[in-house]
Amino acid sequence: MLLRTALERYDTHFATTDGDIAVQHGIKGASLLPDCNQNRPFRSAWCGMVALWLVLRLRPDVVISTGAAPGFFCILAGRLIGAKTLWIDSVANGEKLSMCGRLSMTFAHECLTQWEHLASEPKPAYRGAVL
Amino acid sequence: MILVTVGMQLGFDRLIKSMDEIALSLDMPVIAQTGIGEFKPVNMEAHDRIAPDKFEALVKQSQLIVSHAGIGTVLTAQRFQKPILLVPRRADLGEHRNDHQLATASNLHGRPGILVAMDEAVLHERIIEGLAMEIAPSVRSESSQRLHQSIAQFIDTGRL
Repeated sequence: MLLRTALERYDTHFATTDGDIAVQHGIKGASLLPDCNQNRPFRSAWCGMVALWLVLRLRPDVVISTGAAPGFFCILAGRLIGAKTLWIDSVANGEKLSMCGRLSMTFAHECLTQWEHLASEPKPAYRGAVL
Repeated sequence: MILVTVGMQLGFDRLIKSMDEIALSLDMPVIAQTGIGEFKPVNMEAHDRIAPDKFEALVKQSQLIVSHAGIGTVLTAQRFQKPILLVPRRADLGEHRNDHQLATASNLHGRPGILVAMDEAVLHERIIEGLAMEIAPSVRSESSQRLHQSIAQFIDTGRL
């Protein structure tokens, strides 16, 4: 949500696991994804399917995710349809990249960390932080 | 009002105790979310946990937030343009598993709206500084501007 102004001039669709957050920030029509993590395999599989369906339906040119697993599934689905994909690891991960962040180094076109000391060649890159 | 928070998961008695002492000499109310600490404050209003929506309402009302060095609270403070004073938890005092809060605090030190007190000895003077701090609305840090530009560039060109 803190990055919204970067997206203002594009046709943007938001997907979130928490509809209240979208409403709180004045975003209408956000898609809901089931929340999931690596400890919940069945829910993760369900979330993956919902994400895939969403991406197939919307056919975005670009998929950007700030995490976590549900966002990562959107990145994977984005690859399937030929979208450009960008992972932005949460600023909360100051010690090491999240697990999905590490996977994104392989699966997303670009991967950003918000901590300079975590950046390395060729990925993840550091290009500033929301703070 | 000054809002103190150490998150909901772990106690942070060193900070809560110091704030309770300092609260006596401040001419404004202090409200604290203490987590599961043992120390019971007497000079400030204290709650083990405050529900997220209530917490947000308190942030809006506050003049300064005093917090452990948790990123979540820093983001909340920035969202409501409130100055925040960070006191990092220390692993050697059993306040956290490791010293990542020390790293967070030194990384964030000096950014707009963020103050750091590495230990409680300087807490009082930092609070005075924090209360005097003005945060200009909608000032975006250089780092944040850079991130925004980089994202726009990725969308336009596919490269960072």
